[in-house]
Amino acid sequence: MTTIYLDNNATTRVVPEVLEVMLTYFSELYGNPSSMHTFGGQVGIKIREAREQVAALLGASPDEIIFTSCGTESDNTAIRSALAAHPDRKHIVTSRVEHPAIKALCAHLAESGYRVTELPVDSEGRLNMEAFEQCLTPDTAIVSLMWANNETGVVFPVERAAEIAHNHGILFHTDAVQAVGKIPIDMRQNTIDMLSLSGHKLHAPKGIGVFYLRRGTRFSPFMIGGHQERERRGGTENTPSIIGLGKACELAARHMEEENSRVRQLRDKLENELLARIPRARVNGDRVNRLPNTTNISFEFVEGEAILLMLDRYGICASSGSACTSGSLQPSHVLRAMGVPFTMAHGSIRFSLSIENTEADVDLVIETLPGIIAQLREMSPFWQTEGQSCAASS
Amino acid sequence: MWEYTDKVKEHFLKPRNVGEVENPDGVAEVGSMACGDALRLTFKLDENKRIKEAKFKTFGCASAIAAASAMTEMIKGLTVEEAEKITNQDIAAFLGGLPQEKMHCSVLGQQALEKAIAYYRGAPMEKKEGQIVCECFGVTDLEIEKAVRENNLTTVEDVTNYTKAGGGCGSCHEKIQEIIDRVRAEVREPVRPKLTNIQKIRMIEDVLEKEIRPSLKNDGGDVELIDVVGNRVLVATRGACAVCRASQQTLKGFVEFKLRELVTPELIVEEVKA
Repeated sequence: MTTIYLDNNATTRVVPEVLEVMLTYFSELYGNPSSMHTFGGQVGIKIREAREQVAALLGASPDEIIFTSCGTESDNTAIRSALAAHPDRKHIVTSRVEHPAIKALCAHLAESGYRVTELPVDSEGRLNMEAFEQCLTPDTAIVSLMWANNETGVVFPVERAAEIAHNHGILFHTDAVQAVGKIPIDMRQNTIDMLSLSGHKLHAPKGIGVFYLRRGTRFSPFMIGGHQERERRGGTENTPSIIGLGKACELAARHMEEENSRVRQLRDKLENELLARIPRARVNGDRVNRLPNTTNISFEFVEGEAILLMLDRYGICASSGSACTSGSLQPSHVLRAMGVPFTMAHGSIRFSLSIENTEADVDLVIETLPGIIAQLREMSPFWQTEGQSCAASS
Repeated sequence: MWEYTDKVKEHFLKPRNVGEVENPDGVAEVGSMACGDALRLTFKLDENKRIKEAKFKTFGCASAIAAASAMTEMIKGLTVEEAEKITNQDIAAFLGGLPQEKMHCSVLGQQALEKAIAYYRGAPMEKKEGQIVCECFGVTDLEIEKAVRENNLTTVEDVTNYTKAGGGCGSCHEKIQEIIDRVRAEVREPVRPKLTNIQKIRMIEDVLEKEIRPSLKNDGGDVELIDVVGNRVLVATRGACAVCRASQQTLKGFVEFKLRELVTPELIVEEVKA
């Protein structure tokens, strides 16, 4: 059975072009880039090139790129550095729909005396910009808002938010893990101070991330050790992955247009066909300001884990915001923040595409999912009663 | 990804007895859509009062569907008296086990069965008895007690895995711990071997000497063991206790409490003048 991989917001495949450039740096050119000899030094040159490739994708300058181990490390670096820059300030502003890398970190900081404001979102997952500006105080050390949401794909106006934060003299960080490579980002066109990205979301390997730090921003390192990354992140470089990420960024820039045309069309087809074929289904999140690859759809009266396991039989990979899939007992914090009713949240499925997907992938889901939902609804005690009466009344 | 047994997968993909029995003798609905799982069970008896037909409808994950399917298979052919002996452990065992976090699915199946039998016996489809402990998932103290007792649970996390209680906001964790402590204290007792009279008297003497008299003496009081008649422990008060108006409270609240705790819960302390 072939795998139909529609879970690219979870992770992506390392594409052959990326793997190919990496392989040499495991057991052939294994030198330490910090070494004085040519054997190591030549690796240092490749890392410099990778840094330039990442910078090019972001419209940044190479010296603003710091390699880390993952998006979570970059997020930790950003928040902790901002707090260290303003030890007198005790207030953090973020949103209710952030990734756990930010959410759990802020909850942790709240335990050690920081005040955390989690901004609400509306039913479409959009940020209330008025509430945002109102909550900024002279005590606010940092604003951290995600560029695009991993579950719904909803894009926040982070560039405008950064302006507002700066008007109040506050540092601005964005977790752009889901945005980089999917929508154009140009750091020359905005004033964002810090940004996090993760390699494995754009066809580079797991275990490599980037922390972008705008030139001139006060910084204190999170990982303290050697002089690597100009003493801004200690630890011997993950050379194969850094070189792979450089290549992946180059490819992402090249595929940006395809991502926003062909992938978007596939996503739209999938979404529209499922909505047309399955009654009592709805899209979660703002369909306008959204990543081109993501759709989050709820199917009422059925439960997400059951749907996923049925899809799994066809080799279709997706994810769900239901409680049962998370290991916790409550459905996704993102859907709850949007006020999605529990009945809908439990039956939510996220499909996230990439340039690797084909029309045949999407067609298979369109063919199989309506039957799966019908089968599970047939089994659901709510479908007969509420489902039919609601269907009859509408 | 959950590690389900083949039997769970099989019952999820090909669930037995989906639907609703016409003119049922037993009916129950448990769980709710907000909780993420709900189960409607109906059954019908034959002329020999055995369960002829049992059907279910489930909203929930794979293991919730499998547990309901398994339960309906298990009760077919049984009398109501036999069926009510089925525990959530039995349902899980029938499926070759469930992941710890999914044990609540077997509990849901057992609850539906219990409720449907109660309905058959004439109980109205009533509200839950007991007091709600977990507001998020509407779980009562009685349900938690039952799960703790039947599954030998020892931590709040266990209780959450089995009943969902405490899986939401977490504000009820203390109350759950209290219930666990209470039930654990109860269940420890039956394990105690039955004492002979000689053993009992020796233990009473021992506890009095080591645990009780030293504290009383600290306050200038004392007790003396006069006799043990069955479970009646006859003592005389001495020192400050003999003239203290609160000595009855001391005897019941402290002496008797300690003896019951450390010897056997049947003991009754009585004061005699001697």
